[in-house]
Amino acid sequence: MELPLFRHNRPNRPVTFEEYREEGGFQGLQKALSGMSPAEVQQTVMDSGLRGRGGAGFPTGKKWSFVPRDLPGPRWLICNCDEMEPGTYKDRVLLEHNPYSLIEGMTLACYALGVRHAFIFIRKGYEKAAENLARGITEAKKAGLLGERILGTDHNIDLDLHLSAGRYICGEETALINALEGKRPNPRQKPPFPAVKGLWNGPTVVNNVETLANIPAIVANGAAWFKGLALNPEGAGSKLFCVSGSVAKRVCVELPIGTTLGELIDGPCGGMREGKKFKSCIPGGASTQFLTPDHLKVPMDFDTVAKVGSRLGSGGVIVFDEGHCLVEATLNLITFFARESCGWCTPCREGLPFVKEILTRIETGRGEDGDIDILREHIKYLNYSFCALAPGAMAPLDGLLNHFEDEVREHITKKRCPLR
Amino acid sequence: MIPEALKTSLETRVAEAITPREAAVDVMKELQAHYGWLTDEAVVEAAGLLGLSPLQVEELATFYEMIYRRPVGRKVIHVCDSISCWCADCQGIITHLKERLGVGLGGTSADGMFTLIPCCCMGMCGDGPAMSVDGTPYGRLTPELVDEILELERQKA
Repeated sequence: MELPLFRHNRPNRPVTFEEYREEGGFQGLQKALSGMSPAEVQQTVMDSGLRGRGGAGFPTGKKWSFVPRDLPGPRWLICNCDEMEPGTYKDRVLLEHNPYSLIEGMTLACYALGVRHAFIFIRKGYEKAAENLARGITEAKKAGLLGERILGTDHNIDLDLHLSAGRYICGEETALINALEGKRPNPRQKPPFPAVKGLWNGPTVVNNVETLANIPAIVANGAAWFKGLALNPEGAGSKLFCVSGSVAKRVCVELPIGTTLGELIDGPCGGMREGKKFKSCIPGGASTQFLTPDHLKVPMDFDTVAKVGSRLGSGGVIVFDEGHCLVEATLNLITFFARESCGWCTPCREGLPFVKEILTRIETGRGEDGDIDILREHIKYLNYSFCALAPGAMAPLDGLLNHFEDEVREHITKKRCPLR
Repeated sequence: MIPEALKTSLETRVAEAITPREAAVDVMKELQAHYGWLTDEAVVEAAGLLGLSPLQVEELATFYEMIYRRPVGRKVIHVCDSISCWCADCQGIITHLKERLGVGLGGTSADGMFTLIPCCCMGMCGDGPAMSVDGTPYGRLTPELVDEILELERQKA
């Protein structure tokens, strides 16, 4: 079956507006505006089983349903294109090939949610994606598919770009809202959740690029069609996987949900890099637990990966081989999180540098017997932080201690990194 | 002082925003492009344009990775040191850059051309090791390629 997200892609250039339309683009929007009520669009998304593709996997229809129907004043939709989770580059690849699925998906989401004005929050470094989107928005407006009186109806929808200046925490939805308002992007206290009180205190939905880009095909082809794309019975749709690390080909591909980790690596990635043996991988961006060779048969879906103690996350798969020291890899990850902590709350601001210091000690042969216990305690303590950054940072550390404790211990007993 | 044309275009940007401070990042970026970095004078000017206090601009400016509150070279090199680039030996590239430019991390080359700053994941994980020079992304770096890029960027300056 044809998968929705990459089917318009051309090898070396973005798809054009005309090509996208000829290949069925904007038919979902046409269908919704000519015969579906906003509630019906919302119900279709709910029934499709679409889950948030940014990392958390929250059911999209359910998230939409939290927006109160009867609150007065404007409500907002924000597309989160602050893709800064290490190992994740799927949204960039998608938008560099095709900005139209996102534009159409956002227009549909605005229609379903009663939103008049939506934003795309774009990270620094994604200027090419932003250029494509700016061009796409102009084209869609000219064709009457966006802006005033869409497709001759009474619906008006505006879409604006916000170009950020680089900081991982801006991807956290409440921090993102502060950033968009021009405030210092610290996360906000929840509740109230953005669905009730978000951007400029209005009801706000924040969805990931890939999530929204799925909406046109769901509306055009129906919820059952989308569900049927997955290989496992409880799954729905396709997923973009972006692979890096020790594979032969580091690719970004669209595969049915439920494809196994091993099939992803042996198929589109062409197996491991020559002479390298699979040791471990992080399945869904930096804030997910390490997996082991025992997990190569795990279907890549939210619940199936969660069942083995990790998360599907963003689909950013980072593959490690036998030559990689996972203490050093974890130290690299923690260094990233410590640097990107916004400093707002104590467990995160103080805890991450402390964990980093202990891992540095272990990696450089100065580790002590009690260090593993101290690390375990911090996995607990850092859950008391204000937002999900620090618990996310603890995920790879947790995976390291669960699956590779022997490797950590070897560092301590040998007083050096055994892989150097 | 910023030129009148830039001032007018920034005033228009602020006027188009839903609330003035929504345009804060755009204004800081434009002023930075004009001065080369976000100078103290620029902070005051941004505050005036946005209806904020200089301190409010400062707390934004110091938050973002790509806003520079200290002088930088004519071109800033951001080299990724996150996990996917680590797998692709970004350490070797960073060491090479330091040697070639004769600087430590955060330093500016003696000719004032390049400032070297490590950065977080650039979303180029499939093409690591990666860096950007003055906003232009470069991937699949080797020491030889780095030398070519530095030469090219020097000529373009």
